[in-house]
Amino acid sequence: MKRFFDNELETFRSRLMLMGETAIRQVRDSLKALVDADVALADRVIAADDELDALEMAIDDEAIRYMNLRSPVATELRLVIVGMKASHDLERVGDECTTIAKRAVRLAGMPPLKPYVDIPRMAEIAMEMLRDALDCFLHGDTEKALAVVRRDSEVDAINKQLYRELSSFMVENPATTTRALELMFISKSLERIADHACNIAEEMVFLAKAQDIRHREELKKG
Amino acid sequence: MSTATLPRTDFSTTMRTQPAVTTAQPSTDGFDPAYIQIKDFSFSYGAAQVLHNLTLDIPERQVTAFIGPSGCGKSTLLRNLNRMNDLVDGVHHKGDILVAGHSIYDPLIEVIALRKRIGMVFQKSNPFPKSIYENVVYSLRVAGRNGKAELDEVVERSLKGAALWDEVKDRLHESAFGLSGGQMQRLCIARAIANRPEILLMDEPCSALDPIATSKVEELIHELKKEFTIVIVTHNMQQAARVSDRTAFFYLGKLIEYSETRRIFQNPSNPQTEAYVSGRFG
Repeated sequence: MKRFFDNELETFRSRLMLMGETAIRQVRDSLKALVDADVALADRVIAADDELDALEMAIDDEAIRYMNLRSPVATELRLVIVGMKASHDLERVGDECTTIAKRAVRLAGMPPLKPYVDIPRMAEIAMEMLRDALDCFLHGDTEKALAVVRRDSEVDAINKQLYRELSSFMVENPATTTRALELMFISKSLERIADHACNIAEEMVFLAKAQDIRHREELKKG
Repeated sequence: MSTATLPRTDFSTTMRTQPAVTTAQPSTDGFDPAYIQIKDFSFSYGAAQVLHNLTLDIPERQVTAFIGPSGCGKSTLLRNLNRMNDLVDGVHHKGDILVAGHSIYDPLIEVIALRKRIGMVFQKSNPFPKSIYENVVYSLRVAGRNGKAELDEVVERSLKGAALWDEVKDRLHESAFGLSGGQMQRLCIARAIANRPEILLMDEPCSALDPIATSKVEELIHELKKEFTIVIVTHNMQQAARVSDRTAFFYLGKLIEYSETRRIFQNPSNPQTEAYVSGRFG
């Protein structure tokens, strides 16, 4: 039986998907701005963060309204709770993209320190993780969500490797310090984006199966 | 209200002779997890079968809620727990219901004595056209217990137990009809617990009450479970979620799902249960 307020949940789901797609676009554009030294694109990324902020507030508002008026239970209750948490994670992804874009603007005026290989790879993995987490939201594929959680260590490993490499640049030639630090922070931002993707994947498992898999280290080892 | 626990009644006292006793395994809190055992129970009104092979155990001193759409058989099952359906012509049953290990259908059982052990509260409060005091002590007077000291004690204990004492202690001898709807329902609860039953059956006890009176009765249910095993039938999903420890969902006379209330409302196993608790049908 369809209830007269079922379309409210559809709107809620659509808004969360829109937010996910916007966040992935922000990751892609911030990285493109960095790699291409495209200041105009970086500025657009910074400006577009408002979209994610507005979507997060709209989702919170709809979730509170739904809980208040419709007394959701079971899957619906989990959807509303998970929607609020996931939107918060996506908003933070947007914030990290803004940080990357601002650093991209600064780096655009300097000679490149090294060819961009690891950072785009990290970004690619982080975007795939976000996509897979959102795919789990759409299709309830919890295996995919668990795979997202396991992939987090890949991004962590690249981040650590970059840290070592950029540290050695700074030690060998202090003139590289500013650029190396900017890249370190960008790497850290991407590592955090992957963490947010993990959080979203964990939330999607909770949505699909009502199982709380947070802080379960054994899952990350597969 | 007093939270002192009552001694557990041996249901064999309701029988003419001692039957064979089956002892359920006690739970870790000392209470029987299968205090009421419904075993492959089917029930018909004439040719119309309304309950189909129900099997479930109801734990002692917990609140168990029966939910389901109208006509699903939840009230019928409740009324079988104290054999009230025996009063209807043409009924018959298969299977068994055991309370504290004794079949309530044992031919040796005294049905009246059984009903004294199992109090009942109905949807619509039904005080007798008597004073508040006489309503509470009615069952004692019927049993020939008229000692003033005992009756006074029972009135105070029962009305305190029903969270009504403070509101009516100065007008105990006024008509029960002068009470508000919520007070009348709590008076009926006081009357039901006056005889110190073991089990309290509640059939939609709040459906005719306003939210404040409902809240008082729900708070009372929470207190009463310290002394009584409570089975409540309710159409109010949120009420079942608020007051019960376990919830059974019935549909078309069948038990669809029975589990901890938290599980029924957070992660039901059966899609029909989820559709019902979400208000998608029923």
